[in-house]
Amino acid sequence: MRPAASPILLLTRDLVKDYHADGGLVRAVRGVNLAVDAGEFVAIMGPSGSGKSTLLHVIGGLEPPTSGQIWLDGQRADRLSPAAWAVRRRRGIGIVFQAANLLSSMTVADNVELPALLAGATARQARARREELLEELGLAAKARAAPARLSGGEQQKVALARALANKPSLLLADEPTGNLDSTSTTEVLKLLRHAHAEGQAIVLVTHDARVASHADRIVNVFDGMICDDAPVAVPGARQGDGTTPLSQLRWS
Amino acid sequence: MRQHLLALLAKEPAHGYELKLALEQTFGTAYPSPNIGQIYVTLKRLEADGLVRGEDVEQDSRPNKKVYELTPRGRDAVAAWVDEPTDGPRVRDDFFIKLILAPRAGLADRMELINRQRRHYYAQLRALADLQDATGSRDAPARLLIEGQYLHLQADLDWLQKCQEELV
Repeated sequence: MRPAASPILLLTRDLVKDYHADGGLVRAVRGVNLAVDAGEFVAIMGPSGSGKSTLLHVIGGLEPPTSGQIWLDGQRADRLSPAAWAVRRRRGIGIVFQAANLLSSMTVADNVELPALLAGATARQARARREELLEELGLAAKARAAPARLSGGEQQKVALARALANKPSLLLADEPTGNLDSTSTTEVLKLLRHAHAEGQAIVLVTHDARVASHADRIVNVFDGMICDDAPVAVPGARQGDGTTPLSQLRWS
Repeated sequence: MRQHLLALLAKEPAHGYELKLALEQTFGTAYPSPNIGQIYVTLKRLEADGLVRGEDVEQDSRPNKKVYELTPRGRDAVAAWVDEPTDGPRVRDDFFIKLILAPRAGLADRMELINRQRRHYYAQLRALADLQDATGSRDAPARLLIEGQYLHLQADLDWLQKCQEELV
């Protein structure tokens, strides 16, 4: 049962994505039904090639679905034009992908401020938000640098800051900790948890179970379909077998 | 736990409660705190086996406490334990046997078994994250014990994925 206070923010119905590659048809997403509540943190896991990244791209409007529906905040979105999608994303969807795709001619600070300015924030608001985000990610000292002067991991963190600049009600993140060392992973995780605590919904594609375990729910994708979708049991809460997760850790 | 107590006593003689504290302080909350009764029972058995020797020490206004030290045989036993390689924890995996045998007997569905087990691992990962938050970064043995559990769970999850790919 979904509490009435948490309306469904994102809904897909029988979502399908086929594409042609190497002369053959790839059925990347094969009928996905996924619902994400406002404020919910959902991790999507699955082996490489399972379709989890494609699913995220389709949900974010970067590729059109072959068939099926996407609903965002109660409105049908799968038939939007690319331009309408761009507007829709600016109004409440943050996206961060494995490739950082920062604008190389702008400073780190400008990259992070740009989405807020495009969405109509004042220069002062955009700067305050940027300072807060870069501080949390340990990048305050790099604000004036060009993206090319940053390491791959740092660029990835800047891309995350940019995606969060507008406090989107939905953050779509594809392997945001993919190239990061453990310190940076911890910083990114902290920022995601912070965003979640402030009521932002997150859909996170990751192969890192440690990162995924912080989500409210983990969806497992296999061969383009959801094979499991369940909340993560919180420590202290009793499970079906009467034990707590920790009491079952393996000690020998 | 026998070997763990012997290894502590190889450093210096101690009584039961000191051994309990030493385990807790070294390995932190990630180590399942042994109950004191278990420790006393184990010490008695070690003494019966001739590996430790207990000596009553008088205390002011308190009952005597028994301080244990290693015997030469106990020292040999702990040395042999230190010198031998240790098997990994998953030589015989109970879940895997279940996964193979239960569906064959019509007792369970493979995908359901895998999903239930995976959810269980996720819950353990979450519990470890909380434990890690509560463990000081300078507390190396406790931190490494948690890290080891993480890596084991990650390997278990990878293996589960492999099982799913090949069996379902």
